[in-house]
Amino acid sequence: MTDTSDSAAAGAAERKELLRFLTCGSVDDGKSTLIGRLLYDTQLVLDDQLAALERDSRKHGTTGEDLDLALLVDGLQAEREQGITIDVAYRFFATPRRSFIVADTPGHEQYTRNMATGASNSQAAVILIDARKGVLTQTRRHSYICALLGIKHVVLAVNKIDLVDFSGERFHRIVADYLGFAEPLKLRSITSIPLSARFGDNVIRRSERTGWYEGPTLIEHLEALDVSEELAGKPLRFPVQWVNRPDLDFRGFAGTVASGVVRPGDRVVVAESGRESRVERIVTADGDLSEARAGDAVTLTLTDEVDVARGDVLAHADARPEVVDQFAADVLWMSEEPMLPGRSYLMRIGTRYVPARITSLKHKTDVNTLEHIAAKTLGLNEIGSCNLSTATPVAFDPYAENRATGAFVLIDRFTNATAGAGMISFGLRRATNIHRQALLVDKSARVRLNGHRPAILWFTGLSGSGKSTIANIVERELHALGAHTYMLDGDNVRHGLNRDLGFTDADRVENIRRVGEVAKLFVDAGAIVLCSFISPFRAERRMVRELVAAQEFIEVFVDTSLEECKRRDPKGLYARALEGKIKNFTGIDSPYEPPEEPEIVLGRSPLAPEEEARRVLEALKARQIIG
Amino acid sequence: MSTSTPSPSGTRLSPHLRQLESESIGILREVVAEFHNPVMLYSIGKDSGVMLHLALKAFHPAKPPFPLLHIDTGWKFRAMIEHRDQICARYGVKLLVHTNPDGLARGINPITCGSQLHTQVMKTEALKQALDKWQFDAAFGGARRDEEKSRAKERIFSFRSAGHVWDPRNQRPELWNLYNTRISQGETIRVFPLSNWTELDIWQYTRAQNIPVVPLYFAAARPVIERDGQLIMRDDERMALKPGEREQVRMVRFRSLGCYPLSAAIESQAATIDEVIAEMLATRTSERSGRLIDTDEAASMEKKKRDGYF
Repeated sequence: MTDTSDSAAAGAAERKELLRFLTCGSVDDGKSTLIGRLLYDTQLVLDDQLAALERDSRKHGTTGEDLDLALLVDGLQAEREQGITIDVAYRFFATPRRSFIVADTPGHEQYTRNMATGASNSQAAVILIDARKGVLTQTRRHSYICALLGIKHVVLAVNKIDLVDFSGERFHRIVADYLGFAEPLKLRSITSIPLSARFGDNVIRRSERTGWYEGPTLIEHLEALDVSEELAGKPLRFPVQWVNRPDLDFRGFAGTVASGVVRPGDRVVVAESGRESRVERIVTADGDLSEARAGDAVTLTLTDEVDVARGDVLAHADARPEVVDQFAADVLWMSEEPMLPGRSYLMRIGTRYVPARITSLKHKTDVNTLEHIAAKTLGLNEIGSCNLSTATPVAFDPYAENRATGAFVLIDRFTNATAGAGMISFGLRRATNIHRQALLVDKSARVRLNGHRPAILWFTGLSGSGKSTIANIVERELHALGAHTYMLDGDNVRHGLNRDLGFTDADRVENIRRVGEVAKLFVDAGAIVLCSFISPFRAERRMVRELVAAQEFIEVFVDTSLEECKRRDPKGLYARALEGKIKNFTGIDSPYEPPEEPEIVLGRSPLAPEEEARRVLEALKARQIIG
Repeated sequence: MSTSTPSPSGTRLSPHLRQLESESIGILREVVAEFHNPVMLYSIGKDSGVMLHLALKAFHPAKPPFPLLHIDTGWKFRAMIEHRDQICARYGVKLLVHTNPDGLARGINPITCGSQLHTQVMKTEALKQALDKWQFDAAFGGARRDEEKSRAKERIFSFRSAGHVWDPRNQRPELWNLYNTRISQGETIRVFPLSNWTELDIWQYTRAQNIPVVPLYFAAARPVIERDGQLIMRDDERMALKPGEREQVRMVRFRSLGCYPLSAAIESQAATIDEVIAEMLATRTSERSGRLIDTDEAASMEKKKRDGYF
């Protein structure tokens, strides 16, 4: 190796860019052969691998005397038989101009989630079509998923052109078919290339057998695709990932610029709180920068001591993201457990985790026909159009405008599995563009005036357990101590605020949600709110718990036994339920999920209500809610 | 405020290396932000070198807020241990070293016990012991997806259930950069910040950033023996010569470093990093062909990973 060729190679490497693309298609389309061809022709197949390939080609190959390039990527045959190739495999190759990361995804319908996973990080997609078969159902599905995941650049690789005698007419007919169907998908660029992965025509090497084709080869096209400014050209979004505080003199906000460009001196706001400041420095280990662009991992310092935490999004004051707690999104379900509207999931958006619910499923989309179908739930690999609500407002941009800030995943709160992926379409009008007003009198000011801390005392337990009786006494005593209190009682609330709600599961969830929101307002006003609700499900109680600060929610479990409740039966409800005259009665034919870690447990020993109330007051003192 | 540096990593990085660097830094920070007690597996090799370098960058001006952990089998090249101690002193990072005491007591070694048993006991078991001993909930590893077929599908955040079990069928989909970092008590995560780097990327980055590497990566005249078609460097007296074997001095270097009896050298004249890169651009064998542990059993790496190997 001479010095000149060495530095030439090094020089090319200095300018090299990275492109991530995915390949869609099934094995029959020659997808594995195409990837094998790319690796082989860019000389990423090495001698020991080639020796193995020659051996395998003779043994398992389908290409006669030629090397079967598909075997390069289908190497883990045993794995496939075990059914774990149902996955995304990442492959790497490079030309002097670019490095490529290929997300190699399976094409069948049952692997839609895998394709979406590959597409989520790809800038381009190569969709394979068998020239003999033309546009198929799967082509439609692959294109739809690519469009849904925001891929703008699609390459239609019309493969096996050798098997239709390199017919230009055939090629043009397929392309016309495809463009007609893809038109509504709004892909920014579609480039169609006739090729033969098996023989290498128009993959790396221009084919002499497709004289009628004047466009680029596949690799020329992938090398030339301009994707550089896509995110840098958008408004600044900087999700704070980690607060770097090595000593009292330095407080930096570490993160990766999701979009746009940031410079020292820029006026920025914390999107969620509306607090403003200026960028002081852009700190890196290699010295301060004069600007950081989308994709750069940096640390920002601000000129003011504003409250910024992981999960917050910094943006320019004049180009803020929307901050909402309700929005519409397309959701792809990835879990065996179906998606249930109303259930609480953990949403990860940017660097923030926030509890979220799907409030309604408008319809699901048939990935093959693109038809809208009414549905109550989403199963594995199904895609639906949903409304969601989050426990606290989150900053976002529509996914179509900004992939970095419009995407989220939903996590099952019990198994921690990644259950769904979502792309936000728009904020719902009632929440959008109402930027939070930073208030002059806040909760801490009210606490000082009141002389006690606010809290939600959430009494849960079976009907007849004594919740309301005890809560009433507690309120009376708190009032006597001079505390600001308010009682929210199940029956009373249903006469006013929630008079429009019935007793279906969905309505029960909504009932608790509204009570929780009202309780939260009272807490913000500095009051101690006593809530007395059977609230049989953990998920709903947790929903309310998460509306307020951790020390502000006190779950009081009135654990009177079912036998005792039946014996008391103050309203005669158990008798009627046991006769079957009331359906879905908690404890009889509807379950009660006891709290796992209640702050206070009552009712397990036969104490008078006054005595139980005294125990609650003691607990409030111990927690320094009251003095 | 007017210092003008064109990129976070200086002028010498190509856009593609800068992207890889930023992605890795983001991954390192994510773990520190979300886990209680992370650790970085430090194997002294070139990938570990890059990973540590990225960690020094990611948390600047703070030091990496986690220790390094070296699983010492007792059979590493002496030059590796020297390098390790130099690096840790130079950067002031905390180093933990663990050797499997049971394996040591049983006299497990790579020469007479075979690579498979040695690796299982002194690396895989030792690693689990160390993770349990210090109660780490997240461990960084320097593995790359281009290294080996079964790694091509590995997640960046690889989930392990209690007991460090890796179930390839039960891994979490990873979309965008929205990593799911949630785990329950007893579960752990292995994190691979270099997942998307290739061997060439590692070397080009090492050159651009002047990252120190073990001298064994560069060709020099070294005493080696030929065993089973591979060139093995006898790093100490514990490795006895077999009948007919004799030590001969050749110009060799190592593409991959591990236990010395299990790491084969290649003949090479590449004595500088530029020459190593040039050689790699022209090379015709894959990186792990010198790693004897990959071929000791069918679907070898896959199985080791299930057992808890990195």
